[in-house]
Amino acid sequence: MSLASQTRGPVSLGQKLWQINWGLVFVVAMAGGIGLAMLYSAANGSFDPWASRQAVRFAIGFAFMLIAALIDIRLWLRYAYLIYFATLALLVAVEISGTIGMGAQRWIDLKFIKLQPSEIMKVAMVLALARHFNGLSNEDIRRPLYLIVPLALVLAPAVLVLKQPDLGTAVMLLMVAGAVFFAAGVMLWKFGVLLALGVAAVPIGWNFLHEYQRLRVLTFLTPENDPQGSGYHILQSKIALGSGGMFGKGFMEGTQSHLNFLPEKQTDFIFTMLAEEWGMVGGLVLLGLYVLILAYGFAIALRSRNHFGRILAVGLTANFFLYVFINIAMVMGLIPVVGVPLPLISYGGTALLTVMLSLGLIMCVYVHRDRRISRLGLSEDAG
Amino acid sequence: MARNNEDNERYRIFTRRALLLGGGQVALLSALVGRMYYLQVLEADRYATLAEENRINLKLLAPRRGRIFDRFGVPLAANQQNFRVMLLRENTDDLEATLAALGQIVEVRERELKRVRREIGRKRSFVPITVRENLSWEELARVELHSPNLPGISIEVGETRRYPYGASMAHVLGYVAAVSEQELTGDRLLELPGFRIGKNGIERQHDHLLRGKAGTSQVEVNAYGRIIRELSRSEGEPGREPVLTLDVGLQNFVHQRLMSERSAAAVVLDIETGDVLALTSVPSFDPSAFNIGLTTEQWNALMGNPLHPLINKSVSGTFAPGSTFKMTVALAALEMGIGADQRAFCPGFKKLGRSRFHCWKKYGHGWLDMRGGIQQSCDVYFYELAHKVGIDRISDMAMRLGLGAQVGIDLPHERAGTVPTRAWKLATIGEPWQGGETLVTGIGQGFLLTTPLQLAVMAARLASGRQVTPRLTRGFLGDSEPEVDTTEPLFEELGVKDASLKVIHEAMDAVSNHPRGTAYRYRIEEEEQQLAGKTGTAQVRRISLAERATGVVKNEDMPWRFRDHGLFVCFAPVQQPRYACAVVVEHGGGSGAAAPVARDIILEAQRRRSAERPVVPLIAVAPAPRRV
Repeated sequence: MSLASQTRGPVSLGQKLWQINWGLVFVVAMAGGIGLAMLYSAANGSFDPWASRQAVRFAIGFAFMLIAALIDIRLWLRYAYLIYFATLALLVAVEISGTIGMGAQRWIDLKFIKLQPSEIMKVAMVLALARHFNGLSNEDIRRPLYLIVPLALVLAPAVLVLKQPDLGTAVMLLMVAGAVFFAAGVMLWKFGVLLALGVAAVPIGWNFLHEYQRLRVLTFLTPENDPQGSGYHILQSKIALGSGGMFGKGFMEGTQSHLNFLPEKQTDFIFTMLAEEWGMVGGLVLLGLYVLILAYGFAIALRSRNHFGRILAVGLTANFFLYVFINIAMVMGLIPVVGVPLPLISYGGTALLTVMLSLGLIMCVYVHRDRRISRLGLSEDAG
Repeated sequence: MARNNEDNERYRIFTRRALLLGGGQVALLSALVGRMYYLQVLEADRYATLAEENRINLKLLAPRRGRIFDRFGVPLAANQQNFRVMLLRENTDDLEATLAALGQIVEVRERELKRVRREIGRKRSFVPITVRENLSWEELARVELHSPNLPGISIEVGETRRYPYGASMAHVLGYVAAVSEQELTGDRLLELPGFRIGKNGIERQHDHLLRGKAGTSQVEVNAYGRIIRELSRSEGEPGREPVLTLDVGLQNFVHQRLMSERSAAAVVLDIETGDVLALTSVPSFDPSAFNIGLTTEQWNALMGNPLHPLINKSVSGTFAPGSTFKMTVALAALEMGIGADQRAFCPGFKKLGRSRFHCWKKYGHGWLDMRGGIQQSCDVYFYELAHKVGIDRISDMAMRLGLGAQVGIDLPHERAGTVPTRAWKLATIGEPWQGGETLVTGIGQGFLLTTPLQLAVMAARLASGRQVTPRLTRGFLGDSEPEVDTTEPLFEELGVKDASLKVIHEAMDAVSNHPRGTAYRYRIEEEEQQLAGKTGTAQVRRISLAERATGVVKNEDMPWRFRDHGLFVCFAPVQQPRYACAVVVEHGGGSGAAAPVARDIILEAQRRRSAERPVVPLIAVAPAPRRV
């Protein structure tokens, strides 16, 4: 095989570029284009203030994605823990500055972007877990002791994020980790134990929730009780979606969004706006693009010849899926309101860069799909 | 190879589990699609309706209140442009500076400023707030001139009710005021800010017609209620414009004339048509004050005033008719066959059982016939007559003459008064009728109660022998003129003999124009305009035996509220009666207070030819008020 032979010697940049999965790149670009169109509409037909800035970020993110795809996968393996601990340090820094400063703070201001370490942590954690599980044999995974380290890798950032407080991101971290553990082959009964422990912890955790978080959960459970208060957003979102019908009200014609009945239409509720203006057809088209991205993710994971790549691709794909599912389920009133953006569409810097970075890593797995890596992290010759 | 096998095993598990994960994701995404289908297809109509309800607001457009005119087309109630200073919070950076600058240009009271600041705290920044109302032209010009220095300030034109004749028309027209909680009916028009409804008089009687129909404006609003654009608009209908039967010139004269008394009421009728030419009650009030809004002190002063300025005594005040009732008794007697030559001796009192019933003339009138009894208003003559006629015939005649029941004038709060009958007494008091009560009724005292309007109707019916029924509203502008056969009298006959009426007319003529008549002092000397009338004095307290012994206290020596009411009913000209008038002077001390007033009024009515001059046709377009 010609591709296999290429993995042996040093590979030129041009050859690597050729290896990038351009079909996936094209789907990502399409989704990004839809996102920019929606932001243009959200500002009542103006590039200001959202679409223009998001376009710049998208361009930067696009470059990041390609660069991440081209970096040798062994480098990612080597620096996985470093990236993880650097991000954890940022999380701690935010926590400290948040304590010193006023109220909850989730970001570090880098002038051109407000960096949210919790977003980056989603990728960093998957990297760290992939490296850890890459080093474990089947027997190792069966031993509970070997799960202590990855559990610590998950719980440390999850607790920090929960303290911010950012329930949505914390839950997402746990669920991504769950998907990684599952794919890595952790015995199913251990999930049962963890789940039982988790359920047992709910009453305790309830006490740690902030008032507004409890309210959100309660509002979700009984939205009719408070149509003008906390349930207002979800009700208006459902009205917007439903009134969009099959084919929508037309681009920039969404009454719910343009008359401000819809909250946060440029960020968390952008899917509602899309479905109001373009109807169920528009929503299905976007969902179709997402399904394509997810399918690429799984195909790449299955195609990879190294376990690091497989775990990495599956973990990041699960992460991407959770963004999509939590956001859309939230705006349709299926789950409580949590601050999770719609990937590639919502306005916001860090989330976009994180998603682009994770897509870049998935591509990187594809580019280096035939690279064999030993459990010790050394590359091996094929065959 | 072992390592490879091991990796194969890892890969096998991984593949299986990755596929499981993928399957799970597909299932979850399918749930999303299902939810989308539910919301956007199955429930689409419901949500589309909800979205429209969100978006579209129906705004009511207040219709113009109909004006009110007198019989000759003079506007009595009109709408005046009201220039308001409005403040739009979002258009000014420095609210206090703007208010201070405005204060330099026009006067804004400290109380108003406080209210403005309060409202600003409550309302959204794009909702205009009224800072001042009723700007004069000069103030308006100043504000317009300084507008570049007044960010957020704008002028808005509204309408306010104007009553050019003020207090003289206040009781007839009533007034408009803001809608109170209890008056809300669910009609959204009533909830419009600044909307006024009629609270009394014609304004209340015809309120629904005067209001008109509200127009609507469909506007698109955003989530904060700000209007984005108008989608459609349907203009309403302005209110109907009634033309009254009043002659404002006569009304003003009557009002001025009554002002010489502390508390009085007068009604002038056109005998032929029943048109109310004047209807007044003093003291009166300023109707505009209610429109602007009364202060608590003003309200308490009006309510606490013992003269009841808010009550229209012409229709809501009830008084014993006193001697003005004697024609009724006489007519009842004539109709039962008692002749006008029926004589009686007045020694100054009549005995019935153990009671003595006194005449107003202490030592009596001597022998009198019916004309003399009316002319000199002898009480004893009418004790005797009433005794013969009986209460049943008296009350029956009283009712035929329009007493004891609402005459049905188009004004609110009309009282029915009382004409006692045996059944009435048994029902309300629970005791059978006493013979003495018939005597007292015979001179218009006792249980009898009448309104000045009823007395005027009585006078008109006596004058014409027809069932004159008064009206205050001639019609509405734009209506077709009702077809009236001018050759035939408008009203049905009363059903009394002409000969009987003739006796009454002669007697009333003698009251005013015979030197021994009780109202001879207050006659009209002009030929062709002479009046025929009847005096009346309604006693408001009982004169005790002891007081009779020592001499009855004169009215002038008593506190005002114990003095007798003075009454006078009349019609003119004597030969061809056209005008009927009733005057009641509360606690005037006797008929001497009412007779000169009535004389002046009915003379003025004839001079003005109030009833005879042509009226404004209803189809005519009344002169439009001055527009800017």
